[in-house]
Amino acid sequence: MSAAPRRVVETPLDAGELRALVTDSGHGAVVLFEGVVRDRHQGHSVTSLEYTAYLPMAEATLADIIHEAQQRWRVRVEVRHRIGRLAVGETSVLVAAAGAHREESFMACRHVIDEVKARVPIWKRERYADGREVWVDPTAPTLPGESG
Amino acid sequence: MSVREPLTIQVLLFARYAEEAGTDSLIMEVPSGSTVGGVLDLVRTRLSRPDVLPPRPLVALNRSQADLLTAVRDGDELAILPPVAGG
Repeated sequence: MSAAPRRVVETPLDAGELRALVTDSGHGAVVLFEGVVRDRHQGHSVTSLEYTAYLPMAEATLADIIHEAQQRWRVRVEVRHRIGRLAVGETSVLVAAAGAHREESFMACRHVIDEVKARVPIWKRERYADGREVWVDPTAPTLPGESG
Repeated sequence: MSVREPLTIQVLLFARYAEEAGTDSLIMEVPSGSTVGGVLDLVRTRLSRPDVLPPRPLVALNRSQADLLTAVRDGDELAILPPVAGG
């Protein structure tokens, strides 16, 4: 079987581990993005999130996004996305981008998280304090100041 | 092999679509020469609530994005994807 890493995982994410995968002695800048479950969304009090994925396509799309970023900038990039039920405050996604200089590392990290959110077949269901559960639809209208 | 043999397609549903349809996987027999759009029309006839699926949902054929005019082949995996919401 393929030796490619599993990037969509059910276990807690570790920024230090991901950082170690992308850095080497020629890198002067490492940018880490950490997406965290927050307690409010569009006026609702959120108690937890449940992520689900189309796993084989999610893995293939993440590999494509990483490859594209590494072609475009002189960086090494890695991504992990967690699935399953996550509590408020837990990390749902990690992006690490390492390069010689900060500019390319920042640009690559920003690009990769934007592409992950736009392209990877992963979905989330919010559980609210009132017991309701709702699938998040980013294409639905949002309240002012509520996005991402 | 006869070109008139029906095709067997595995259809996958996810997230809200799967929940509202009450299933995450269907095996469909469709006529030879069917397109993605044609399979979607047949899927709707199998759902208790055809309005679960929008007129033009995001679809992936064998794990790559496809459009409604793409022809399907025997053994294909057609995934019907709600708007993605990772991150």
